[in-house]
Amino acid sequence: MAIYKGRGVCAMNYPIGMNLGGDPSQALVHSNPDGKFTVTLSSIDLGQGMKSVSRQVAAETLGVPVADVYVDTADSDTGPQCMGSFASRGTHRVGNAVIAAAKEARAVMLEAAAEELEVNAVDLETDGLGNILVKGAPGRSITTQEACNVAQFKYGQSVSGRGIFLIPMSDVDPDTGEMTTVSCFAHMAMIVDLEVDDETGEVFNVRMNSAYEVGRALNPKLVEQQLVGGAWMGLSHALYETTEPCYPSRDHRPYSFSSYPMPGPGDLASHGISILERPAPDGPFGGKGVGEMCANPVLPAVANAIYDAVGVEMDELPMTAEKILRAIRAKAGRAGDNG
Amino acid sequence: MMVKKPLEFRLNGTEVAVFADEAENLLSVLRAKVGDLTPKYGCGQGGCGACMVTIDGRTVLSCITLAETVAGADVGTLAGLSGERLDPLQEAFMDGFAAQCGYCTPGMIVAARALLQHNPTPDRDQIIEAISDNICRCTGYEPIIEAIQSVVAQERAGGS
Repeated sequence: MAIYKGRGVCAMNYPIGMNLGGDPSQALVHSNPDGKFTVTLSSIDLGQGMKSVSRQVAAETLGVPVADVYVDTADSDTGPQCMGSFASRGTHRVGNAVIAAAKEARAVMLEAAAEELEVNAVDLETDGLGNILVKGAPGRSITTQEACNVAQFKYGQSVSGRGIFLIPMSDVDPDTGEMTTVSCFAHMAMIVDLEVDDETGEVFNVRMNSAYEVGRALNPKLVEQQLVGGAWMGLSHALYETTEPCYPSRDHRPYSFSSYPMPGPGDLASHGISILERPAPDGPFGGKGVGEMCANPVLPAVANAIYDAVGVEMDELPMTAEKILRAIRAKAGRAGDNG
Repeated sequence: MMVKKPLEFRLNGTEVAVFADEAENLLSVLRAKVGDLTPKYGCGQGGCGACMVTIDGRTVLSCITLAETVAGADVGTLAGLSGERLDPLQEAFMDGFAAQCGYCTPGMIVAARALLQHNPTPDRDQIIEAISDNICRCTGYEPIIEAIQSVVAQERAGGS
């Protein structure tokens, strides 16, 4: 009949992307009549920021303002092939493909600018504001819009580019089982503090503190948002959510939000987050992926904290009050204590 | 044969007249008949809050509200909050990254604006209570609560 405090830890090396039949993503970039650019992808933005990050990466590579780039995603009829938005691969795989495509388009744009300015293309630079300047002679310049127009109307060149980024398939060594994912890894560690009531099995006063190493945070606010929301979803899976509470019987499966338990705004856990940036050598401007890494570690950390608090090993999700209480009673029974 | 009934009400201050189907819900009238797409269809069972609107200033879930019950009433949706300028709540939601997929956002802002109309200085618990009919799957709620708190602080400091 007491409240027990517990602390659990989880640390993780998280691989970005996958290694099934190889892991390619493609991107196409082209200039438009108004001097702006379209990036065409098949990757999905489901709110995590795929479009924003692709837009930033394309603008940075092309040397134009972010406002001059439009990203057209999620249409596999018109977009080039992409394996998809999963396995936290979007920023890393698609970002690299966008860089490759934008570099090709940029080269055509700079060639046209070089002809107009009567210099060599290697002597040109972009200012990120839509101007192409001669290095050391900034008075001699042409706008990116003009360059794209003359490329087309005067020189018959298409300011466009194709990009693909592939992590090739790695076969498993039949003798050793060894394989290489040839992927980059993100890292994290999390501490969960919580309290368990041994009379009811209830878990409450959950506090999370975590550190995530994400390569370069290409869009720091989006990274933070993903970490906050993802950890909450992990906590929800740890303590509340299940589609099949009476599995394997499906008779009692939830059919509405009233019978599918999820924490609401009143059930929040505090979460302190540190974001560490260590740019990945093979990432787009050093970026890795944070996607699933923010949700996964919460589950084992909560299980460890419950064990620390009341000494029961929870091996089934979600870790509801009922299951925890049953485990506490079973343990007490084995110990010959009817408490 | 389906009977259609004439239905008149005010939507965000403008008179609206439509023919509603028998037992048609308010969400369907707003989206399909009037063309206001800001209330969202989420669960259709009154469980998620994505369809939240106001009737005479009180929040209701439009998917489980019979359309005929709003005859002559004032219905408010997210579309009514912004004119030439966005509502401060909309600004705060954008500045604070309080949306990810965005599907719950209209309902959240309608709930928050209704709260601030009745209580301009709510504390954190009152804000949580006011949005507890609304489910958000992405943000973990914290950025939403903080965005609403920032508007409370801003309006307390003498804004609008």
